[in-house]
Amino acid sequence: MYCLLQVLLQKNGVSNGTLYKKTFIEHFEQAPMYVAVFTFVGFAVGTIFGYLRDFMRAWGLEKRNIAAEREQQKDFVPLYQDFENFYTRNLYLRIRDNWNRPICSVPGPQFDLMERVTDDYNWTFRFTGRTIKNVINMGSYNYLGFAETDVNALKTVTIELEKYGTGVCSTRQEMGTLDKHVELEKLVATFLGVEDAMVFGMGFATNSMNIPALVGKGCLILSDELNHTSLVLGARLSGATIRIFKHNNMQSLEKLLRDAIVYGQPRTHRAWRKIIILVEGIYSMEGSIVRLPEIVSLKNKYKAYLYLDEAHSIGAVGATGRGVVEYFGMSPDDVDVLMGTFTKSFGAAGGYIAGKKGLVDFLRTHSHSAVYATSMCPAVAEQIIRAMKCLMGLDGTTQGLQRVRQLEKNTRYFRRKLHEMGFIIYGNDDSPVVPLLLYMPGKIGAFARRMLEKNIGVVVVGFPATPITESRARFCVSAAHTREMLDTVLNALDELGDFLHLKYSRYSKSSHPELYEESRLELED
Amino acid sequence: KRVRDTRTKLAPAYHLILEGILILWIIRLLFSKTYKLQERSDLTLKEKEELIEEWQPEPLVPPVPKDHPALNYNIVSGPPTHIITVNGKECINFASFNFLGLLNNEKVKSAAQASLKKYGVGTCGPRGFYGTFDVHLELEERLAKFMRTEEAIIYSYGFATIASAIPAYSKRGDIVFVDEAACFAIQKGLQASRSNIKLFKHNDMADLERLLKEQETEDQKNPRKARVTRRFIVVEGLYMNTGDICPLPELIKLKYKYKVRIFLEESLSFGVLGEHGRGITEHFGINIDDIDLISANMENSLASIGGFCCGRSFIIDHQRLSGQGYCFSASLPPLLAAAAIEALNIMEDSPDIFQTLRAKCERIHKALQGISGLKVVGESFSPALHLQLEESCGSRENDVKLLKRVVDYCMNSGIALTQARYLEKEEKCLPPPRTRTGQICVELDCCFLIPLSHIIRISVLHCIVTSRFFH
Repeated sequence: MYCLLQVLLQKNGVSNGTLYKKTFIEHFEQAPMYVAVFTFVGFAVGTIFGYLRDFMRAWGLEKRNIAAEREQQKDFVPLYQDFENFYTRNLYLRIRDNWNRPICSVPGPQFDLMERVTDDYNWTFRFTGRTIKNVINMGSYNYLGFAETDVNALKTVTIELEKYGTGVCSTRQEMGTLDKHVELEKLVATFLGVEDAMVFGMGFATNSMNIPALVGKGCLILSDELNHTSLVLGARLSGATIRIFKHNNMQSLEKLLRDAIVYGQPRTHRAWRKIIILVEGIYSMEGSIVRLPEIVSLKNKYKAYLYLDEAHSIGAVGATGRGVVEYFGMSPDDVDVLMGTFTKSFGAAGGYIAGKKGLVDFLRTHSHSAVYATSMCPAVAEQIIRAMKCLMGLDGTTQGLQRVRQLEKNTRYFRRKLHEMGFIIYGNDDSPVVPLLLYMPGKIGAFARRMLEKNIGVVVVGFPATPITESRARFCVSAAHTREMLDTVLNALDELGDFLHLKYSRYSKSSHPELYEESRLELED
Repeated sequence: KRVRDTRTKLAPAYHLILEGILILWIIRLLFSKTYKLQERSDLTLKEKEELIEEWQPEPLVPPVPKDHPALNYNIVSGPPTHIITVNGKECINFASFNFLGLLNNEKVKSAAQASLKKYGVGTCGPRGFYGTFDVHLELEERLAKFMRTEEAIIYSYGFATIASAIPAYSKRGDIVFVDEAACFAIQKGLQASRSNIKLFKHNDMADLERLLKEQETEDQKNPRKARVTRRFIVVEGLYMNTGDICPLPELIKLKYKYKVRIFLEESLSFGVLGEHGRGITEHFGINIDDIDLISANMENSLASIGGFCCGRSFIIDHQRLSGQGYCFSASLPPLLAAAAIEALNIMEDSPDIFQTLRAKCERIHKALQGISGLKVVGESFSPALHLQLEESCGSRENDVKLLKRVVDYCMNSGIALTQARYLEKEEKCLPPPRTRTGQICVELDCCFLIPLSHIIRISVLHCIVTSRFFH
């Protein structure tokens, strides 16, 4: 196993290094062999114990805590297969207390958790009534720090809530288009630099209800391996053919494009009606940024369409927070469909699709959401308007730009320090999503619990959201985090890393970055 | 005796020569290159480049004509309560689903304001990653208590509720019996589940029984497969597309007879039917445990955003890990959850609003009868009625145009109606064109009812006369 430190130059046959205006550094270091061995051993032990416990439960030697079917319906076909739930019952349940932790304050850089204990090994939870105050929040998607309760900041939202109420009770096409929605759509279009935009009430639903409106039978969807569930669901519901290319791998994508155009649809060999490429700006589990310049050059060469999901990247990357398009110095006209959500960087809820006027007009008439689903709450729309105005500087301050700069500084600092300490971190150096690899199942629970004891709330992810051997802890850096908070977290990580032996990296960088950033390493595949 | 000749005879010369030639031929065949029978033309690089050059895709979206009816939205300025300002004109609102009039309620708004001060607007995360707030847990508890079930689960969007609930239980190979008039969200949920869908005629129990019997005979042919195939019936309490209710007692009988589970979608009937607003189960007096899953959205009666599912823990708990709209999407903003809790409080404290609502619905239903040219579609106590043309003008397009003129006339006279919108190419069973009207709000005064019916009568006459004049 060898390190894959990717410095983009001759990769993917693109000899034109000028496609990228700045260095693109991504890390996906692989751990030593013994780590993989121990991970599998860990899962094997868990499985054996799982079978043992199931056996004891079946024979009544252990109490059954699982909810059961009604007496009157015992002879119905069982709703769940026992085997499907094996993983949930025996592996997930052991460390279940690290997820769904309820909070009782604003999800800012620090929050208050409700204290929760279990008397029966995570089958049920009980609230003690106490709150754990001022836990540092490294888990919420609060990149620009707009999740705040400052009275001045929320002044306009309060006014609009008083004026409009909470609900809308109608769909966009019937009686649900408020003047607030029109204002918001104009603002989003100006922010992104496109002709028009349309907003929807839920980010997940934006993908799952609009992709079927854009493509149908006879079209081809080329989707990245690690795309989000909403993109996969939207692609499936559309009825088009789906082909997957390896994560961020341009050779794989080009091969699929060539084969698709040359050989046409399977069996009939008719030409495809259209080809659409689905990618995300920042992938939330890997922290990697899409290789946008190369994808755009491929798409122009092969006449395909590009759908870019900027859920995590809008507001979080780019010199003024305009997303990956600005980050790579490209024009928004290069991307056919710009999609994003307001949940992460704007502290609200909902999603948008932006692009040329023809596209947005089509969606206004044919989107499932416009016809059948309720429109966005006006108070939430106002929150997005005020956050966007702040970001664009329209409120007269430079606060927006300061937030973007602060996020960039925090991200670089955090990542650099983690590399220096010797952890294995995935992803691009500029991405505020920082996955720290844990690998072994036992360490997932230990890590999260010990961090909570130190008053830091982290998010851990395991199978099935990640490959089975690559469980990780995922940190979301925020512009609202101060240097002291980050230092507290880093010190805690240092201690815990030594205690749990998490520092797998063999290439911990020195604290003199200038020495290695200038070298160009040959890459191996 | 003759002595046998034991000397081995030498093979004749031509044998040897033939065998030698044969061996040489085999050796040659072994070493020669193979060729396929049908010459497969592998394209050369040049030919591939030509194909790539020539291929022209369709435009990403077809052009939309500027006068497309759905392109020019009605823009509402100000709160969409029972007096609504549409396109600058003040009208009485008969077009929003604000059944209990809670959209502008002061208590609801102040609860939302308090929550805004404490939590901000968004939750910045899905339920699994610090997106669970105490208001969510409280709302789930309150909903479960109100509906008298064990557990409830909240979604952040009404459409996503039933569209995520169905695929969580019904997978490829399972069978779902669904009513023809099911709403679009149910259709999308069924499509995502990849199960076998069997449509039965709207509210026709005999048709459903026929399908169930057919399935039974199929099962007897293959009992092993039948033992693992789950079956579900999906119905709505009050149908959005037709305005009538489903015959729940007969469905329960069929459930136990054929061992099928029932999923009930109560978006329109929650907060409308039943003595305390608990929906169609209370309306018919049925034990709520008999229904496996009740799903509703909070966007109608509760005047909030989002949706919920309630039922027994055995069923609902499964969605916490396999409901896609729950696990992979950010949770409901706490101010909307607080507003929903306050709305529930109002519903519990004043159960007489349901009686008032039903009385007003009956009055409007009666007042709208007898308009020549239009027929009223829907139950008398349903707050969502449809007005459909009695005889069609020829094509769907012309019907739609005529109805648009009716709606425009009403708007000019101060009554806000809306045409029921459908996606024509996507619906499985497309309902005929109609206007959706009479979405009665409790706060409406009775004196508005008479002008409404009067205005609709005049507008319809006017439009039918002018259209016949010009055709």
